[in-house]
Amino acid sequence: MSGAVLERSRTDAAGLGVVDCDIHPMLRSERALFPYLARRWRDELETFGLRTRNPFVGSFAFPKATPALSRRDCWPPAGGPPGSDLAFMRAQYLDSYEIETGILQTLIPSGKDQRNPAFGAALCRALNDWQIAEWTEPEPRLKAAITVPAEDAEASVAEIERSAPKGDFVSIFLTTRTTEPLGRKRYWPIFAAAERTGLALGIHTGGSNGLPMTPGGWPSFYFEEHMANAFAMQPLLASLVLEGVFEAFPKLRVVLIEGGFAWAPALAWRLDKHWARMRPEVPHVRHPPSFYIRRQVWFATQPVEEPPDRADLRTLIDWIGWERLVFASDYPHWDMDDPQRAFKLALSEGETQAVFRDNARLAYRLP
Amino acid sequence: MVALGGTGEQGLGAAMKPDERAERRRKAADRLMEFRDLGPIDCDLHPPTPRMAELLPYLDPHWREVMLSRGIDGLELASYPPGSPLSARPEWRGPGGRPGGDLALIQREVLDRWGTRRAILNCLHGSMAMFSEDMGAALARAVNDWIANEWLDRDARFAASILVPARSPELAVAEIERRAEDARFVQVLLLAGSELPLGRRVHWPIYAAAERFSLPVGIHAGSAFHQPMTSVGWPSYVVEDYVSQATAFQHQLLSLIGEGVFTKFPRLKVVLIESGVTWLPGFLWRANKEWRALRPEVPWVDRSPIEIVREHVRLTLQPLDSPPDASGLAAVIGQLGSDDLLLFSSDYPHWQWDGEEVLPKALPEALRSRIALDNPRQTYPRLGVRLGKECVS
Amino acid sequence: MTRHVVAPASEIAPGSRKLVDVAGRSIGIFNLGGEFFALSNRCPHQGGSLCLGEQVGLVLSEEPGQYRYSRPGEMLRCPWHGWEFDIRTGQSWCDPKRMRTKSYPVTVEPGEALAKGPYQADIFPVSIEADYVVIDL
Repeated sequence: MSGAVLERSRTDAAGLGVVDCDIHPMLRSERALFPYLARRWRDELETFGLRTRNPFVGSFAFPKATPALSRRDCWPPAGGPPGSDLAFMRAQYLDSYEIETGILQTLIPSGKDQRNPAFGAALCRALNDWQIAEWTEPEPRLKAAITVPAEDAEASVAEIERSAPKGDFVSIFLTTRTTEPLGRKRYWPIFAAAERTGLALGIHTGGSNGLPMTPGGWPSFYFEEHMANAFAMQPLLASLVLEGVFEAFPKLRVVLIEGGFAWAPALAWRLDKHWARMRPEVPHVRHPPSFYIRRQVWFATQPVEEPPDRADLRTLIDWIGWERLVFASDYPHWDMDDPQRAFKLALSEGETQAVFRDNARLAYRLP
Repeated sequence: MVALGGTGEQGLGAAMKPDERAERRRKAADRLMEFRDLGPIDCDLHPPTPRMAELLPYLDPHWREVMLSRGIDGLELASYPPGSPLSARPEWRGPGGRPGGDLALIQREVLDRWGTRRAILNCLHGSMAMFSEDMGAALARAVNDWIANEWLDRDARFAASILVPARSPELAVAEIERRAEDARFVQVLLLAGSELPLGRRVHWPIYAAAERFSLPVGIHAGSAFHQPMTSVGWPSYVVEDYVSQATAFQHQLLSLIGEGVFTKFPRLKVVLIESGVTWLPGFLWRANKEWRALRPEVPWVDRSPIEIVREHVRLTLQPLDSPPDASGLAAVIGQLGSDDLLLFSSDYPHWQWDGEEVLPKALPEALRSRIALDNPRQTYPRLGVRLGKECVS
Repeated sequence: MTRHVVAPASEIAPGSRKLVDVAGRSIGIFNLGGEFFALSNRCPHQGGSLCLGEQVGLVLSEEPGQYRYSRPGEMLRCPWHGWEFDIRTGQSWCDPKRMRTKSYPVTVEPGEALAKGPYQADIFPVSIEADYVVIDL
């Protein structure tokens, strides 16, 4: 065939029933949260708005690649921003891709990152109630993640205990960039609650902790920030391992979302190597770091790395383990992965089932 | 299936018969002989960090008085606590456990042992991390002069990197210009944990000077700690900091690419020193994908990150964050996609590996001489290393 | 190869485009300053509807900090990942040899000529007073 060069193999997920670990619902507007907020916090939202550790009132610190950081074909015809219209999401995504289960990640607005902590906690509560009332109840294919004001572990635990019994939650939502590395003891009550309730811990790339985006300070371009954000998965995972989180919480299940996965083997090799040399400093880490990672960590695939030689992708997944990857689309964001076209690699039926469905069923304890 | 890690704890030799063990030892000895015969160039060797008493003779009267009057000392970089196992192999410590010992120890343990042709001294001194630009510059001058007098003058196999006060590009350039007259200085040294991303234009005078004098810019592991080591906050442990160094290199490399440093300075070479190496393929795959999407924001990035890195970036070998099996190492080296990228380094005295075999035995045969000699020679023109054939022609 | 009449030329004004289905294929017709181009509506990367993407200029640079803006509206960015394609050739900017979308020959024919056939034009009546966009498949 001359002309178009199609750079991919098609993943035959038809009829499989895909589990998508990263779908972003959006509010039609901030006022959509009003029914779920107490009067005092409605006033706060109207008067002062959302306040995070960013320079602008109505923009991200690094302006994104597209409006609402979304695919240009995801704006609902009936109005509202991408991800805000369930009927359109069904038609454009859930139905046409035969999504069996989609796990919602409420990235925006962020309760966790509010500078007024009490308002942040109220926002988390409201977002959790909104997810149930407007998404998971009308659409049983969708499951939710409990968003928590992570900097306040006590409030987070209270919110987990309040929301977990509602049944449609399969995970606790955190972001990578907390004010301290997430393995630190101040966050452990959240991990204990996750273990207690049997909910997975879904850690999504992002968060605004006020710290520079790189160990060398703030970069200049979204080209850098977008990737730098994902790099944060590496120190995050190092923190969880080296602080002994997996030793203290052996039943905790962690899913790392929107960091890609090509970095994982090199990090595990590095952790193992230096752990072996530095064991006296971290005696509480009794096993090589890769042991815990293989036992308790899953990597959501998006954005799938695209090596020039496709065989390298297979080698990479062999290193990580086919049982450790869970598919994620990031719908409706611009850097999303199409379930059928993201893997530029022919997968066997068993590999397809594992990555697109079965691994996630295990990670999230889906029925 | 070989997966994420391997403990390395199984004790590889334990299951072998005695004759297998002897054979293995013989092969290792052969490899070492071959390596020595190459006359390798060691691109990362750390002399002991000078204490203030050693630097006083190299400070002018004002700064000498300041150091004494204010009792300033202890400027080892916090990324390398002297007592930490990583900071020195047990037999590579001098009196009092000082990492690196002295000239005699380095000659015996490194230069003579491997038949090292040239070795580049990277002095990890806190002058690179000073908040005061002037004090940083004074100390960098003193360290560079100390290196010249105490090390370069005493063994012709040594070369060295120029320390600069990175917080002040102006003073950094002045120091590069002052020391570049001496051809034994072959590189400019910066820290991976910088105050501002290294690609930012504020640093460009440093790169202009480096390019002018054919000095590669070496970015070394370690942080000035003007920022946390990670974007997720200050880690608790030394090992956590050290593991996160690999991520710091990713950020810096992305900054250099995204800001267009290699477009602006087409002859510049950057050497990532003590980076861990094996993160690079995955980084590049992601960076390529990102560039295709976001190129219009940085239109001066007119080639893919993979092409840019192959032309401009080199990496020292140790520590090599390698997979637990030989075929895994071969695979990840293959993923680098070029034989030009790696430079031999002992990383003396850091405790990155044991025994005598500084080149991992699983390295593909064809690469060994490239890494040991050819690549360093091409990266550091000021070393002036000519091989036999070139002398004739 | 069959010639398909896809639209009256006046329907696709300069700077605008039209998405058409021809023989089971989704194709975008673009008018760049009076010249017509036709591209497959499928991004070769992940299969996004390429021809729904934004039309932008081509920005190049000789030096960091300088932006040389040219050819406004002649580059098409995929609505998904934003990869840029040259509407005139179907080639991607970043990897023009390997990554390109199918581009079809387009002509503008007077209705008078079309009346003689053979053409496929089932979806609208052809008037001999107007001009029509015709693509070869």
